[in-house]
Amino acid sequence: MSNATSLQEGQPAVRRPKRWHILVFLLPALLVYTAVMILPLIETLRLSLFNTVDGQPTFVGLANFQVLFGDERWAHDFWNALKNNVIFFIIHMCVQNPIGVALAAMLSIPKLRFVTFYRTAIFLPTLLSFVIVGFIWKLILSPIWGVAPGMLDLVGLKSMFAPWLGKPGSALVAVSLISVWQYVGIPMMLIYAALLNIPDEVIEAAECDGVTGWSQFWKIKLPLILPAIGIISILTFVGNFNAFDLVYTVQGALAGPDGSTDILGTLLYRTFFGFQLQLGDRSMGATIATVMFLIILAGVSLYLFVIQRRMRRYQF
Amino acid sequence: MQARHSIFRTGFVHLALIAYTLISLFPVFLTIINSFKDRNAIFRAPLTVPTPQTFSLIGYQTVLGQGDFATYFQNSFIVTIVAIALVLLFGAMAAFALSEYRFRGNTLMGLYLAIGIMIPIRLGTVAILQGMVAANLVNTLTALILVYTAQGLPLAVFILSEFMRTVSDDLKNAGRIDGLSEYSIFFRLVLPLIRPAMATVAVFTMIPIWNDLWFPLILAPAETTKTVTLGSQIFIGQFVTNWNAVLAALSLAILPVLVLYVIFSRQLIRGITAGAVK
Repeated sequence: MSNATSLQEGQPAVRRPKRWHILVFLLPALLVYTAVMILPLIETLRLSLFNTVDGQPTFVGLANFQVLFGDERWAHDFWNALKNNVIFFIIHMCVQNPIGVALAAMLSIPKLRFVTFYRTAIFLPTLLSFVIVGFIWKLILSPIWGVAPGMLDLVGLKSMFAPWLGKPGSALVAVSLISVWQYVGIPMMLIYAALLNIPDEVIEAAECDGVTGWSQFWKIKLPLILPAIGIISILTFVGNFNAFDLVYTVQGALAGPDGSTDILGTLLYRTFFGFQLQLGDRSMGATIATVMFLIILAGVSLYLFVIQRRMRRYQF
Repeated sequence: MQARHSIFRTGFVHLALIAYTLISLFPVFLTIINSFKDRNAIFRAPLTVPTPQTFSLIGYQTVLGQGDFATYFQNSFIVTIVAIALVLLFGAMAAFALSEYRFRGNTLMGLYLAIGIMIPIRLGTVAILQGMVAANLVNTLTALILVYTAQGLPLAVFILSEFMRTVSDDLKNAGRIDGLSEYSIFFRLVLPLIRPAMATVAVFTMIPIWNDLWFPLILAPAETTKTVTLGSQIFIGQFVTNWNAVLAALSLAILPVLVLYVIFSRQLIRGITAGAVK
């Protein structure tokens, strides 16, 4: 709160009466935000340096991290979750974002009809909760119901069907693709807006130079929408490394089969809250949350200080 | 030649877009049509719409008879509406302070509030739960409202202060000359002008709150405080083998989102694309 009080002191240069209303305007938001978001975040980071020794919370330095990375069982779980999370992210980047760009490119074709309808329909899944999305796909992919094998049969590919969600080899890809299905609307919308914001003169100039169609998209439009692609990438990154709900709904807290869909969010939940025979562990929970925080912070910093700075030259 | 080429291209684009639209809508459509069928029809012909022979409301009867969905809906409504109201009020006030006045620490304050846009509040869960236990707020809707208000504020302040910069200074100064206090300038002059932005922020704030599973699961899992999302998660988990009930519960959970989307889709899409869509 030191910021809130210091802003009252900087006034003498302007010689105005103390402007209490600024404080009044800022205070409610600052209070809630600081008390419920920032302080718990700091407290969580602090807790990761403590553990319970003889029933007393004791400062243990980096010992929790040593356990997380050094103890065989913890390290196995953690690296497994991190690896799965990285794969989860890569699938989003390689499937969700290209599909989003392709859809946006098609929607932004001038004078195309029914654009509003397509846009509205494709964005709909993004609004549904993970619970709904997870269960719908669980039902569709279930071998009991037979919708997925039945539809594959229509195109003669019935032999390709397998209970994807139940096999350790394919479960993570299946869950990632469900998440892609749900979220493709966000990159689509942001890229669509970026494409519409390209000034007409730029496109006209390209057409005068004979650059049209595909080469126009690759050489003119794509470089201009790179900042939007950057924003999408960082949003995807933060969202993916913080994901929990979909895996929890589709595969449960154990993120089965055999931990093959375990990501950092589900690992944090199990560790902190406990599940079945495993007891909840606050210190280790805080430790995992701290690692997640550092991963997200690293990603956001990379984006803000490296990627975004380089992209600025493309902006108008 | 050119025209023909263009017709082909347009046709192909429509084909691709229709295909993807089907992929988007099909699972939702499938769930809803099957929720109105009897058990045999669900399995024998999952892809057909209900006919008079196969029509059945048994799933809905089970859901409404067993699960306490009325309470869940009520909880979700209270949490979402109060949190949105607080986010809008506090967010607009803070945004006004940041965009209207020049004071020392202004930029710093803006950055401080912006941290929450990128760093998810979920990472502080361990300490949030601890705090809520200490404040005796576990299993109350207040806990959820506080968390969601904090979660929604950063983006609200960011979007609203962008909009407030566009409100004309002349108008506010005219108000000041007429002797309006800073509070009346905010409430009577500025707020009405940024109503469209407030609607956008409201929709943005609403979706993650309504759909959240993490915080209800951790902070308010009691029967009396369950939200719809958590309620249907647990209900469906228990009725896994009763397909009628599962499909009906899913359809009921989709319904409010669908209705709101039909009403607000324009507002929402315009908000995301920030004025690019005419």
